[in-house]
Amino acid sequence: MQSAASLAVGRPSVQAARTRKKKRGFWQVALILLAVVLSALFLGVPLAVVFAYAFGSGIEVFWREITEPTTLHAIGLTVLTAVVVVPINMVFGICVAWAVTRFRFPGRRLLITFVEIPFSVSPIVAGVIYLFLYGSQGLLGPFLEAHDIKIMFTVPAIFLVSLFVTCPFVARELIPLMEVQGNEDEEAAISLGATGLQTFFYVTLPNIKWALLYGAVLCNARVMGEFGATSIVSGAIRGKTSTLPLQVEQLFNDYNTVGAFAAASTLAFMALVTLLLKYVLERRAHG
Amino acid sequence: MFSNPFKTRKSVLPGFGVTMGVTLLYLIIIVALPLAAMVLKTASLGWAEFWSIVTSERALATYRITLGTAAIATLINASFGLLIAWVLVRYEFPGKRLIDALVDLPFALPTAIAGLALVTVFSRNGWFGQYLEPLGIKVAYAPLGIAIAMAFTSAPFVIRTVQPVLEDLSDDVEQAAQTLGARPWQVFRHVIWPMIFPAFLAGSALSFARSLGEFGAIVFISGNLPFKTEVTSLLVFIRLDEFDYPSAAALAMVMLIVAFLMLLTTNLIQAWQLRYAERS
Repeated sequence: MQSAASLAVGRPSVQAARTRKKKRGFWQVALILLAVVLSALFLGVPLAVVFAYAFGSGIEVFWREITEPTTLHAIGLTVLTAVVVVPINMVFGICVAWAVTRFRFPGRRLLITFVEIPFSVSPIVAGVIYLFLYGSQGLLGPFLEAHDIKIMFTVPAIFLVSLFVTCPFVARELIPLMEVQGNEDEEAAISLGATGLQTFFYVTLPNIKWALLYGAVLCNARVMGEFGATSIVSGAIRGKTSTLPLQVEQLFNDYNTVGAFAAASTLAFMALVTLLLKYVLERRAHG
Repeated sequence: MFSNPFKTRKSVLPGFGVTMGVTLLYLIIIVALPLAAMVLKTASLGWAEFWSIVTSERALATYRITLGTAAIATLINASFGLLIAWVLVRYEFPGKRLIDALVDLPFALPTAIAGLALVTVFSRNGWFGQYLEPLGIKVAYAPLGIAIAMAFTSAPFVIRTVQPVLEDLSDDVEQAAQTLGARPWQVFRHVIWPMIFPAFLAGSALSFARSLGEFGAIVFISGNLPFKTEVTSLLVFIRLDEFDYPSAAALAMVMLIVAFLMLLTTNLIQAWQLRYAERS
């Protein structure tokens, strides 16, 4: 009772101290305002305009545009690409991270740098290098033609170039984490007689699952949104090899603004979900 | 597949052969082989043809425009990034979490969607354009639009490199400076700035590198006029469209070499930043 009473008495003064501490200077208020206004104008408005234009003519118009057959096909192809590419990238990321964090070997740093290369290459260059490998003018062109295999301007070309541009996404999340965690847990499991796979699934995976998912979410956003590289290797054939970003550009070039924004809003929604998942997964990953 | 012949530190863990095998196979098929194919293609042109393509008037114009707009974009991001990082780390205010989340938007939003949104906002009848055009500020279909598109798509770099360094800054030095009578601006200039500068430089270099290769956002907003609003990545795309493969290969090679130089630069800056952080 005594302590509760003193606590109640004490409260106003604590509050006063808090407000005193919270009193902001002119510069602080000015900087906060400037930051809020600039972020809203620079980052918030481009996002808002997509939804405003997509739904500006009413939900029926939006629905009609989004269910237009070539747009529907583009949505399907984009999802299919993500379904194919993201799991492959996850397996690759786990392999790279395991090899470079659980073992020491010469050229280790070089290997990590090599994995990062696609991140620094322009999407346009990514498209061009694939064209000069699989295209009719390319290195394997004559061989592929002789065997009647067509890769360029087909759906597999989209998969391949997406694998290139997303190469580092999962690996760069796992490597620093697994480096910090060290080998001890796995070594204990192995010495207790667990097999390599058991060790991975019961010891390593629970420790890295959030970072792995986080990497996969970022990889997914990049795959679904890739534009430059896909526009070169896919040929952007409408209703066949046109992914959502390419479909958006074609609709925009046709002066079909509502259609372009309706298609774009699906990707903007995907971006919002990505940010939400990023927020959740980051909190999980850091406890 | 591979045994580990160089065991500098003995590891009892299995899986080196399999994971290393998968890693190398993937890197060879997905990364090295296509890169090699383009290098071979470019080499087959011969030096004289390569040089005449990459130094043609139109190509030179694209380098000027690309470098100029990327420099403006980096300046925008450097100031905007520093401000946002500072405010997010130092102050508490309502909506702070929302802004922190919004910072990552440019990496989550496809570049083509960013381009579509920006050209719509800045076009003559757009939300911003209707006020800017009467003032004589032309953004859409002008170099400024390219710079803004580049700035948007690479906005998170400076913020996300400076933010953690600002957070880790211990405040004893700062308090010491304050006790000795330094004014807030002097504390920033002489105490905080030197400590965050390497990270700031690394973020700016990443932003610049990303801007040099940007395509998706620019193609919507630039208007693509040769000698005026044509960046190098766009010229590569146009040459491909014209089935002029030698030109596309040579110009893409220039972009690739510049990308590698930028990768080297950012790695050196980041190594410096790391040493700097360990020392302080």
